[in-house]
Amino acid sequence: MATTYRICPRSGLQFDTAAEKLMRWNAVAGVLALLLGGIMALGVILTRWPAVHLLPADQFYLALTSHGVNMLLFWIIFFEMAVLYFASSTLLHCRLATPKIAWAGFWLMAIGAVMTNVAIFQGESSVMFTSYVPMQAKPHFYLGLILFAVGALIGCFVFLGTLVVAKAEKTYEGSIPLVTFGALTAAIIAIFTIASGAVILIPTLLWSLGYIREIDTIMYRIVWWAMGHSSQQINVSAHVAVWYAVAAIVFGAKPMSEKVSRSAFFLYILFLQLASAHHLLSDPGVGSEWKVVNTSYFMYFAVLASMIHGMTVPGAIEQAQRAKGYNKGLFEWLRKAPWGNPAFSSMFLSLVGFGFLGGISGVMMGTEQLNLLIHNTIYVPGHFHATVVIGTTLAFMGLTYFLVPVLFRREVLFPGFAKLQPYLFGLSMYAVALVMMGAGTLGVSRRHWDMAFAGAGMAYEWPGAAYLMMGLTGIAGVVAIIGGGGWILQIVFSLLFGKRLDEGETRSTPIPLTLPPQTGAHAAHVGTPGTMVLALVFLVSFILYYFVNWKYLSSLWGMA
Amino acid sequence: MADQEERVPVMQQVLDNHFLLLFLGITIPTVIYVLWGVMEVANIAVAR
Ligand code: HEM
Ligand SMILES: [Cu+2]
Repeated sequence: MATTYRICPRSGLQFDTAAEKLMRWNAVAGVLALLLGGIMALGVILTRWPAVHLLPADQFYLALTSHGVNMLLFWIIFFEMAVLYFASSTLLHCRLATPKIAWAGFWLMAIGAVMTNVAIFQGESSVMFTSYVPMQAKPHFYLGLILFAVGALIGCFVFLGTLVVAKAEKTYEGSIPLVTFGALTAAIIAIFTIASGAVILIPTLLWSLGYIREIDTIMYRIVWWAMGHSSQQINVSAHVAVWYAVAAIVFGAKPMSEKVSRSAFFLYILFLQLASAHHLLSDPGVGSEWKVVNTSYFMYFAVLASMIHGMTVPGAIEQAQRAKGYNKGLFEWLRKAPWGNPAFSSMFLSLVGFGFLGGISGVMMGTEQLNLLIHNTIYVPGHFHATVVIGTTLAFMGLTYFLVPVLFRREVLFPGFAKLQPYLFGLSMYAVALVMMGAGTLGVSRRHWDMAFAGAGMAYEWPGAAYLMMGLTGIAGVVAIIGGGGWILQIVFSLLFGKRLDEGETRSTPIPLTLPPQTGAHAAHVGTPGTMVLALVFLVSFILYYFVNWKYLSSLWGMA
Repeated sequence: MADQEERVPVMQQVLDNHFLLLFLGITIPTVIYVLWGVMEVANIAVAR
């Protein structure tokens, strides 16, 4: 089968025709999972909203399981496969290695996702996405997850294979582009993630089939979180790569320093996965040395890396904008940014929300002593909706606005709604994250069907603020679901009914990649005072919030 | 401008070596997080 390449007339990007089809199918599969997970979100949020309390307990846990699995695993990882294929074959101007095997991977993932969902909806596998033993799901729940993971692993190897092909066929010179390097970081972390998943889920499958008598609960949690946490770090690497890509697409922005950004990704590769230990900070059985080495000493290097990205992406945008003449004051470059372009506004809301809400709360919770303030409260979902929803999901949604014309060759329908959608979804999600964190600070549990403990022997009197926060979670959550559901409808309608756009030229040989000179004299000495101010605001908020929590901790026992 | 004959800096050579990165990214968490953690748990005396 000869490889052909299509040159997109709108972006100049070059797509291997086989890879392009894989990207489209993976992205669409991801959106289907997002749709299902979003419907489940409605059940979850309307139950946790105390005044509504919609579902009975068993259905609530079923919906919560499906929500977690479809959102966190299926939506994000399907989309990431598309990102990996894009970052390798398209950005390196190279053919995709072994498209047939990539298809096998896709179908394994698809079969796995369907199988696990069938198990969940049959009703006897409401073990939530963490599936902590000794809770037991049906065997096909685990088997589906394993098939999905194997499929994703194949995708990672096709990505690595494509890097090898590109090097052998000399489609690029020197180093791979920064966005591809970010995708490589994601793929490396993914391989560790999936291997850990196999190590723990295969015995768990055998246990649910009756071949193994018992699985140790602490062992399970250690190895499971090597997968559960690391998979979040795939997301971080992938969405940071998407930030850089969007900055380049929208502004023509070049990284402030390739060296610094690449080193930051390198810190991710070395240290990010150790943070898995923050899920066990309140667990017995593992000592403080292990906890502190993993979550503090080493993890802070990875936090440093995130702060570097959080600064260099807006910094690159500021440089590009200043070079275009938006030089007035500290922030003209930002005021004059294309706030009506959903690819940009999604990316910027993602960056700010990920840093301020997800990043600061994450460092707080990841401190051994402070962790017990919020352990297993709804603060935790508050934090990770800032990371995986505002950070990852919003960035991917924004990128999709760019991909619809470029990859799917359709015009985006309802451009007016597209302008608003990032704000509707993004800002309501900011609110959801904040009020969940507020309720969690007051002690409201996560994964709890009835915070009122109706009929319980020893009820607990919540402060009124706790109910208020959960009510606000409900309201903001419904708005977020409207914003997310609107995005799905818009994309699906555009793919089905949007105006067909011109395919562009198809050729049988790729045009080689020419990278701009790495140390050219371009924009090198444009200062970025606006970004500096933003970074200082961030640091001050960070320090204040961190110390406020130590203050809480010191007064905890006094309050009893 | 970058001199073509210039030696590639060591750090760049490391970052360009994708399989070295893969090796590091798997070994480090396997040793520091998984193996160390599992050994601590395995060393807890079993109650009789
Ligand atoms: C569209 C708006 C969304 C709303 C309103 C929403 C709401 C919620 C709520 C209230 C919970 C906590 C339930 C509890 O602990 O009792 C939850 C859990 C969760 N959500 Fe979302 N969510 C949304 C989107 C997403 C997305 C896009 C993702 C991932 C990409 C996601 C991932 C998760 C995960 C992993 C859990 C944890 C499930 C568990 O504890 O087992 N959510 N969601
Ligand atoms: Cu984590």
